Amino acid sequence: MKNEKFTILTSTCVPLPLENVDTDQIIPARFLKATTKDGFGDNLFRDWRYDKQGNQIGSFVLNDPTYSGQILVAGKNFGSGSSREHAAWAIAGYGFRVVISSFFADIFKNNALNNFVLPIVVSEPFLASLFNCISKNPETKVEVNLADQTVINTALGVSEHFEINPYKKHCLMNGLDDIDFLLSNKDKIEAWETENQQF
Amino acid sequence: MNTLFDKIWDAHLVTKVENGPTQLYIDRLYCHEVTSPQAFSGLKARGLKPLRPEKIFCMPDHNTPTHDQDKEIEDEISRTQVNTLAQNAKEFGLTHFGMLHPKNGIIHVVGPENGLTLPGMTIVCGDSHTSTHGALGSVAFGIGTSEVEMVLASQCILQSKPKTMRITVNGRLDKGVTAKDVALYIIAKMTTGGATGYFVEYAGDVIRSMSMEGRLTLCNLSIEMGARGGMIAPDEITFDYLKGREFAPKESEWDTAMAFWKTLKSDDDALFDKEILFNGNDIQPMITYGTNPGMGMGITEKIPTLESIPEVGRISYSKSLEYMGYQPGELLIGKKIDYVFLGSCTNGRIEDFRAFASLVKGKKKDPSVIAWIVPGSWHVNNQLKEEGIDKILIEAGFAIRQPGCSACLAMNDDKVPAGKYAVSTSNRNFEGRQGPGARTLLASPLVAAAAALTGKITDPRTCM
Ligand code: SF4
Repeated sequence: MKNEKFTILTSTCVPLPLENVDTDQIIPARFLKATTKDGFGDNLFRDWRYDKQGNQIGSFVLNDPTYSGQILVAGKNFGSGSSREHAAWAIAGYGFRVVISSFFADIFKNNALNNFVLPIVVSEPFLASLFNCISKNPETKVEVNLADQTVINTALGVSEHFEINPYKKHCLMNGLDDIDFLLSNKDKIEAWETENQQF
Repeated sequence: MNTLFDKIWDAHLVTKVENGPTQLYIDRLYCHEVTSPQAFSGLKARGLKPLRPEKIFCMPDHNTPTHDQDKEIEDEISRTQVNTLAQNAKEFGLTHFGMLHPKNGIIHVVGPENGLTLPGMTIVCGDSHTSTHGALGSVAFGIGTSEVEMVLASQCILQSKPKTMRITVNGRLDKGVTAKDVALYIIAKMTTGGATGYFVEYAGDVIRSMSMEGRLTLCNLSIEMGARGGMIAPDEITFDYLKGREFAPKESEWDTAMAFWKTLKSDDDALFDKEILFNGNDIQPMITYGTNPGMGMGITEKIPTLESIPEVGRISYSKSLEYMGYQPGELLIGKKIDYVFLGSCTNGRIEDFRAFASLVKGKKKDPSVIAWIVPGSWHVNNQLKEEGIDKILIEAGFAIRQPGCSACLAMNDDKVPAGKYAVSTSNRNFEGRQGPGARTLLASPLVAAAAALTGKITDPRTCM
């Protein structure tokens, strides 16, 4: 996923109309033991997706072939809980490039952006009608235009503007990385240190 | 006109990206074994080294077993993570408090107790409860692994400045009401997303008279209402706590530091983006009944009815209570519990053990209860011995385990079985947090002690 440029994405959606989905649900703590970033997608929503014997739970949306796509549509306050980036890796690793919700936890939002997953905040009515369209027709497509910062429910032709930090937008659109930027300011880091010696 | 948060933030500004975030200098980076390996491997892949190794402190805590720490860790993946941290620290010359090191323990307990966390600092760690360190008057917040890599590489982080909120708690606390209850009360009122986007400063009489341990507990839980962090302006309690700690400034440096630390408070006319006021007299011992820390209530109260919940939230609410095996509208007092956990970065400090011991002294643990008593660090463990608290606990039927995160997130063997109830002094009651299917009731060390004695949810004020 990393460093892939993001411009326009049109995709069907996977609906998860639950509120307060926390990072422990996104990726249970027992899967945090890896030392690389690979393979987390397989355990995304593990305990909702599989039973104790490791069999798929048919009723969970990721196991329902009716729904697929690169966009996850989730209820309010998605990604609350821990700062662990593993949640973002799991979402990215599964193949989602966009998560739409009416509210995201702060750290999750940042982590998602750092992993080239775009979190989009939409209004409650937009979200509710999107869930409604998807449940009526799983083929419902959403178009995300990062340059224009718009998200369109193509079933209804309604669109909404979404906010994104201009710097993150620039990074996402160009597949750029923060560390290159920070290190390009090394002279400024050293200048700060010379002036501030207290610790 | 400036808030304490603004002052510290502005003092650490290296540069600002046009139309973008701030490049902020970081005084301390704490690393544990779970969220750092990918940052180190990313760093290596870029051919970089940590820019300021002397500002980085590493210790394993999440995976460490709470018994037989002198033996190899049985679980292969846990062992790999713990060993990977040790290797990375060695390779890059970073301070590392490995397992059984006298300074090992949970990072958020170890940092303050060794004077590594100081007022006025910026502190980050790949862990959301980094907010704990704000109790000493620092700007401390949790970050993701990509950000850990950033700090390793540049000792800086890119952040957009959060808004500021002041939560003032005036009045005074009744007997049996602790910092944990204050925190759970605030979160219940604010809800788990109520402080999202904000950095919180706690103020008011109740906070001023709180011990350092209590303040650490309160700031620790800031993240559970979505805040970026929480902080408390340093005062005499802070300075007394720090004096003589190993990494705290000494002699003339102490005086210089004190002169600076005393300037660390919000100006009288400082403007916060949001002000919230609570009365400490309204708070009673708290307990959670659901699956997020905002689902808390006074221990003698009834679980809210479905009708009292806004319609949009009812499905999640019912799902949550179903998971817990509770009915809307019922009392929790008197309900059977199976496990008690005293520990974690929320309540694993000496004062928490003193509180727990004060209740169980001369009594016996209910035989049906399995109790995990886990000091937050070796330092706390030694204090238990020095104060004779270990004996009190042992006589009451409790065994003291070796330090670490333990049952807080059950990455080691300390897991609560499916369907069982645990009264836990930790910070999260999410589904499966303490083991698949485990049911967690968050509460203070006093409530935990009362439950351990009776095997039931019990108002600690009736045992005092
Ligand atoms: S004690 Fe719990 S909350 Fe604290 S650092 Fe460890 S796992 Fe995280």
